[in-house]
Amino acid sequence: MSWQDTLIKVLIIVGQSLALLVALLIIIAFLLLADRKIWAAVQLRRGPNVVGPFGLFQSFADLLKFVLKEPVIPSGANKVAFLLAPLITCVLALAAWAVVPVADGWVIASLNLGTLYIFAISSLGVYGIIMGGWASNSKYPFLAALRSAAQMVSYEVSIGFVIVTVLMCAGSLDLSKVVLAQDTRLGIFGWYWLPLLPMFVIFFISALAETNRPPFDLVEAESELVAGFMTEYGSTPYLLFMLGEYVAIMTMCALATVLFLGGWLSPIPFAPFTWVPGIIWFLLKVCFMFFLFAMAKAMVPRYRYDQLMRLGWKVFLPISLVAVVVVASFLHFTGMAPQ
Amino acid sequence: MNALLLDYLPVVIFIGVSLVIGLALLVAPFLVAYQNPDPEKLSAYECGFNAFDDARMTFDIRFYLVAILFIIFDLEVAFLFPWAVSFGGLGDLGFWSMMLFLGVLTVGFIYEWRKGALEWD
Repeated sequence: MSWQDTLIKVLIIVGQSLALLVALLIIIAFLLLADRKIWAAVQLRRGPNVVGPFGLFQSFADLLKFVLKEPVIPSGANKVAFLLAPLITCVLALAAWAVVPVADGWVIASLNLGTLYIFAISSLGVYGIIMGGWASNSKYPFLAALRSAAQMVSYEVSIGFVIVTVLMCAGSLDLSKVVLAQDTRLGIFGWYWLPLLPMFVIFFISALAETNRPPFDLVEAESELVAGFMTEYGSTPYLLFMLGEYVAIMTMCALATVLFLGGWLSPIPFAPFTWVPGIIWFLLKVCFMFFLFAMAKAMVPRYRYDQLMRLGWKVFLPISLVAVVVVASFLHFTGMAPQ
Repeated sequence: MNALLLDYLPVVIFIGVSLVIGLALLVAPFLVAYQNPDPEKLSAYECGFNAFDDARMTFDIRFYLVAILFIIFDLEVAFLFPWAVSFGGLGDLGFWSMMLFLGVLTVGFIYEWRKGALEWD
């Protein structure tokens, strides 16, 4: 390959990456608004409704506000780590999207280790929080960072086991092939959410805990820890933490969509439904998952920390461990495992 | 450059582009926002008091324990991944050896449970 070909290839990838990232960030701006609107609606409030029609531009106004705020770095803080932490959180959260197939063949990098890559990247997410909490050199962020780190790693384990059960059924680590393995004549009933329903539920709840969403938002249990590891942050460093959090939520929604809800496949496997572009189905499913996240936030009271750790280690871990054995035995003895 | 590494080129570029976006956001307020720091504003938040001592204090050993347990189980999951992918072609030997491994791990898990490593109260 000559250097011109390489350059063109690189430029194409840069263009694709930019397109995906911009689309992702704009979708997140509106999902953030949807989150607040749903939360408000459950509590019989209006929610943001001033900026633009129905408050549609609220997130963009927030962005501007954050950029114009004074960036405060506490004098006791470790400055480099303090600023690096939000950057790491945000970039790592975004990095997972490199392997998420949003439609048939629409993926930045079609890795044959896609699932492992996402698993690795989401494990790294805890570094941003640890660094932020430690670098602030303040008590609340430090305590919150410890809690949050322990919480995230606890639920990471059960998510791992859940992913293993899906992989056994699909027989590939490539996310696109996981979706294609769910492409049966049964449509919505052929996707993995039905045979692996308990796994889907565990994945959903673990995803809530993994992304520090309510009812597991003990990181910023404001009655105890002020604002958690973000206490000392303001301006865009804070924005980057929030952005990273919402991107991680989107990643979890997308992962649930790919692993359990058939990715870009149409729920009804015949025309005219199969004419709808895959990206539309994918987006609809991600929005559906996000709606579940938002409703959980609005309706479920917050957990206590010991309850949270008990749920993770004493309930989800044994259940998902047993599930791996059950699924493996079923596939092995019925000979249904993909060759 | 071989083909395997070339597969990862888009990932590197993607991370690069997101790094640029993140950096741009991070640097923006330092360039455009009004800045007027004073010692009170820059002190660590402690509910209105001056900070009593350094925040980097000793912490509960259980957080450390959780981290150790996480390493064990996360490694186990990473070990299960290749097995799960090639599950169909492994046959009886592959199936039973992994069941044995999981059994050994479960014994360890029961031990730590009985020892009270998972208690938070």
